[in-house]
Amino acid sequence: MSAGTALRLDDVHGYYGKSHILQGVSLEVRAGEIVCLLGRNGAGKTSTLRSISGLLPPRRGRVTFGGAEIAGWAPHRIARAGLCLVPEDRGIFGLLTVEENLRIAVRKGSPWAIRDVYRIFPRLEERRRNGGAQLSGGEQQMLSIARALLNGPKLLMLDEPVEGLAPVIVEEIVAQIRLIRDAGVPILLVEQNLAVCTSLADRHYILELGRIAYHADAAEFARDEAARDRFLGVKAH
Amino acid sequence: MTYLFQILNGIGLGMLYFLLAVGLSVIFGLLQFVNFAHGAFYMLGAYLAYAMVERGVSFWLALPLAGLAVAVLAAVTEAVLLRRVYKQAHTFHILATVGLALVVQEIVIIVWGPIGGNLAPPEGLSGIVILGDFVYPEYRLFVIAFTAVLAGALWWLLEGTRLGAIVRAGSESAEDMALLGYDTRRINTAVFGLGAGLAGLAGALAAPIRGVDPFMSVEALSVAFVVVVIGGMGSYAGALAAGLAVGIAQSLMATLWPEGARLMIYLGMAAIIVMMPRGLFGRA
Repeated sequence: MSAGTALRLDDVHGYYGKSHILQGVSLEVRAGEIVCLLGRNGAGKTSTLRSISGLLPPRRGRVTFGGAEIAGWAPHRIARAGLCLVPEDRGIFGLLTVEENLRIAVRKGSPWAIRDVYRIFPRLEERRRNGGAQLSGGEQQMLSIARALLNGPKLLMLDEPVEGLAPVIVEEIVAQIRLIRDAGVPILLVEQNLAVCTSLADRHYILELGRIAYHADAAEFARDEAARDRFLGVKAH
Repeated sequence: MTYLFQILNGIGLGMLYFLLAVGLSVIFGLLQFVNFAHGAFYMLGAYLAYAMVERGVSFWLALPLAGLAVAVLAAVTEAVLLRRVYKQAHTFHILATVGLALVVQEIVIIVWGPIGGNLAPPEGLSGIVILGDFVYPEYRLFVIAFTAVLAGALWWLLEGTRLGAIVRAGSESAEDMALLGYDTRRINTAVFGLGAGLAGLAGALAAPIRGVDPFMSVEALSVAFVVVVIGGMGSYAGALAAGLAVGIAQSLMATLWPEGARLMIYLGMAAIIVMMPRGLFGRA
């Protein structure tokens, strides 16, 4: 593992029951990078993130993070090691207020405190007394990312952070993601919105049927229209 | 005036019911776990207080010690036995906890015999107070005041502290708590211990009023279930409202139609199940 590697997957296999959903995923996220994981529905993007975070422990293969082999660790232990997942459903506690959602995520050693995340996400401060269930989709996404920051991430995984959001909110969140990367947190991003991916990512992986079928850096991917058509069927959209 | 007396009695009884049921309710909210051993923890609290006072320990020391001992015992039981069946069907919950309740009951009979015993109210509270036209035992007034303070503290713990937020969040999604770095097994054990400890405390508080006997666990369990079903599973406010309602109804019925007191409670529960299956304060 090279010095600049934050997270590395080698030949990771994952199953839902008997269904072999990940069939040998290998990828790498380096320090300071935003890496985008693309693919059609059902290709295994969410499963890859769940595998890394321990919710779907890999049956085979290696997951290396910060020099430790973490495959098989319990999810809370992986989270404490600094590998934070913002799940697709955002995981907001609807019975708790915005501020309570944040307070339970605060961990010693995180460079972010609640006042810092309020500076990044001013909307959350305005809604701090509201219940989590009362937030709009965009606000929930911001809250979920803010919680991950309070947890002290050494690497952040975002599962479709702008799915179903209005364009103006998408822009806001894209800027916030960039801000987090610039603060030194590498990001593994699963996203269907190609424009968001190309504007953010340094490198791209494409998953197909549980395997990495394509890998390119941002410049190469931008030129490679054939790959986009073949793997993502962008023209159909 | 008689009614006022009965209502006061009912409030005392109802607060004990609340203390007994709130643990069952919170445990269910967090773990979706049906705990038929909850009454056994109540009985154990009563017997521990009884045994300590018999050996000359002051009631004021025996009361917190009994609650604490039950909490620790329940936490250990949760960690070695009950956590293994959470993920299984409710039938396994029933098997494991009914089995546990029977074991506790047999142990109580072996140690203290099948007859039971009485516990005098603690010194300083063994008298009566005269309130206008009627007299009222001091100890019962103490129970009302003590449980009211405890209920307030518990409310603050659950609604006003980070720890309470953790418990409420855990009852929404254990997976999302794990993603924030929480070992949910430890939260489960702590909450289980707290809920059982409150039942133990209720038992210890009830002992000077009703005495101790090896079958008080069954009675307590059925009352706790009635309160939880009426109030709504997992709801603190529901346990408080339903505990008081059941206590007062039972107490009033004792003057109006003593034979029907129990029947009334169960009919009330049946009506709630039919009309509001989630209970008064239950959430969808």
